[in-house]
Amino acid sequence: MFDLIKTLTQTYGPSGNEKKVAQTIRGLLEGKVDEIRTDAMGNLICVKKGSGKKIMLAAHMDEIGIIVSYIDDKGFIRFGNVGGIPPLIILGQRVVFENGTVGVIWYEESIDNMKNAKLDKMFIDIGAKSREEAEKLVKVGDMGVFVGDTIEQNGRIISKALDDRIGCAVLVQLALSEPETDNEIYYVFTTQEEVGLRGAKTAAFGIVPDMALAIDVCDMGDIPGCKPMAVKLGEGPTIKIKDRSVIAHPEVKDALIMAATENKIPYQMEVMLEGGTDAGSIHITAGGIPSGGVSIPTRFIHDAAEMVDMKDVENAIKLLAEFVKA
Amino acid sequence: MMEVLELLKKLTTLDGVSGEEKPVRDFILSHIKDYVDDYKIDNMGNLIAFKKGTGNSGLRIMLDAHMDEVGLMVTHINSDGLLKFQTIGGIEARVLVGKRVRVGEKGIPGVIGFKPIHLQESSERNGSVNKKKLTIDIGAKDREQAEEKVSVGDYVTFAYDPVDFGDNKLMAKALDNRVGCAALMELLKGRYEWDVYGCFTVQEEVGLKGAKTASYQVMPHMALILEGTTCYDVPDTQEQGMSTRCGKGPALTVMDRSVITDRDLVRFIASTAEQHNIPYQYKQTISGGTNAGRIQVNGTGVKVAVMAVPCRYIHTPVSVMDKSDFNHMITLARKVLETLPKSDAAKRCDQLVQPPAISLFADKGGKTYV
Repeated sequence: MFDLIKTLTQTYGPSGNEKKVAQTIRGLLEGKVDEIRTDAMGNLICVKKGSGKKIMLAAHMDEIGIIVSYIDDKGFIRFGNVGGIPPLIILGQRVVFENGTVGVIWYEESIDNMKNAKLDKMFIDIGAKSREEAEKLVKVGDMGVFVGDTIEQNGRIISKALDDRIGCAVLVQLALSEPETDNEIYYVFTTQEEVGLRGAKTAAFGIVPDMALAIDVCDMGDIPGCKPMAVKLGEGPTIKIKDRSVIAHPEVKDALIMAATENKIPYQMEVMLEGGTDAGSIHITAGGIPSGGVSIPTRFIHDAAEMVDMKDVENAIKLLAEFVKA
Repeated sequence: MMEVLELLKKLTTLDGVSGEEKPVRDFILSHIKDYVDDYKIDNMGNLIAFKKGTGNSGLRIMLDAHMDEVGLMVTHINSDGLLKFQTIGGIEARVLVGKRVRVGEKGIPGVIGFKPIHLQESSERNGSVNKKKLTIDIGAKDREQAEEKVSVGDYVTFAYDPVDFGDNKLMAKALDNRVGCAALMELLKGRYEWDVYGCFTVQEEVGLKGAKTASYQVMPHMALILEGTTCYDVPDTQEQGMSTRCGKGPALTVMDRSVITDRDLVRFIASTAEQHNIPYQYKQTISGGTNAGRIQVNGTGVKVAVMAVPCRYIHTPVSVMDKSDFNHMITLARKVLETLPKSDAAKRCDQLVQPPAISLFADKGGKTYV
């Protein structure tokens, strides 16, 4: 499981450029499901055929990153954000582009004046000495992602892009375990979630499932000085009640709770005050789709070093396996 | 090309604030109806024109240009005959002061007045303008007289005629997005391999609304959005803050607030430009939104790209463009339409499951006059 997580998190895939992640997942699931297709938005849709309900499980492939907007005469790169990037924590971070070019993010003013730390005062240095030299490696419109290796320590994973490759890993593992059910399962790996839940919308339109879950990360409330939230790492995957984009359908939520309690799988209730998930665009697609979510409690979301607990990941897979049988 | 430029100038003189695009739509329709195969006007007011393709792949491309422009609406008539108003779409308060306007369908002349500098307190001279304090003066002596000419809810537009000037430049109101409309009218004269749906859409400036219902009806496989975009080679902008540059060719969008465009399609457009020596540029900021954001997420998804003419001082009565950018946009779009079906960007399109276009046209012999 760790190797799967490592492979998925270390694959390049900012919003709109998810192809490599899709290829990796396609390689893992080919032959294990009945059909694999992509749509115009780049969503990867893997179908396990069945005669029962159509259940859609969605995890987004894209990760946050930066986009090159300008390269100056000296080869310094100006950039904008792809998805939500907290300006303070990206200073000094490394970014890597699709072709492997690495750059460092720095800031125009002195480091003690952080109040005005805005992205348009920052730049990326790729070690180029001129515009010409820089343009050989990076062009306007190219996207970069943060560098952050994947390690396991004390039963926890630290890595970049756990949002939401951990969701992708959960779905891949679930599909490989081939849960026994008559239901038709759609393992959907979506695009462009970080810029507005876009891919899930067209994926859901093409499927029109009876029920859908977003498998994503959620905030927690167990680090010093954070906002109160009744979610802790290691106490089980969460069953979504609401986030900023969706209120979970009561039947979906109840079915998840029943699957967890009947099978003695630990779980927590999730009320996430900030951030949305693919469920937000799925539930208002077509004539409306009952939707909910199962999330992995995650620390330091959108940092280059996010953290999850392996027990939560394993229990999420167990919970979903029971859910799709119902 | 002279002809299409005259068309553009005429289009900028027409009034079409979001929600009241009829004058623009009527003009466009009167010109295109003889060379498109069919058309309809939908419930929102979008004009959707159809041009049957020569091929039989069943693939559809949507060309979008929004007809609406930013403007104002009368919200109250004061007892002294001055009109209070609201802005429709993004107009900055400082742009409004001292501008000539037309009010209502009859085009009643007016001016947005302001306290002269002689009477201002020193605190009022700091340059900031409170939009709520501005009024339109139509020269009426009191409310009764004003009510004879205008009413609450009347649309207001800037009253400025286009001017050719400088080095191949054009100054006009509403270049955003009559440049797209004129280009689309020109492109519809051609016939291409794929079915083309030319959509002149409404209410873009107030939230990309018309494009939503238009693309729902067309269910295209691909879409090209023709636009006027921000251009910041204007005073006080550092080079890295420039969005686009006037005279450097049409601008392609990689990403903005509403959309990340289809990478293969954008690359194909760029390589087409290079192949035919047509200048182009990438838009260097990620602000603003376009109809591409709405069209992309329609149905099972649409591969989208945005091509735009850089417009200095956009959303003012005096936006400025370089005529060569406009001409190059048309040339490039035409080349793209001609060569797209054989390109790599279109390779997988026939495998995309998109519901059929709502059958507006296919089964009808003649034109559907609305």
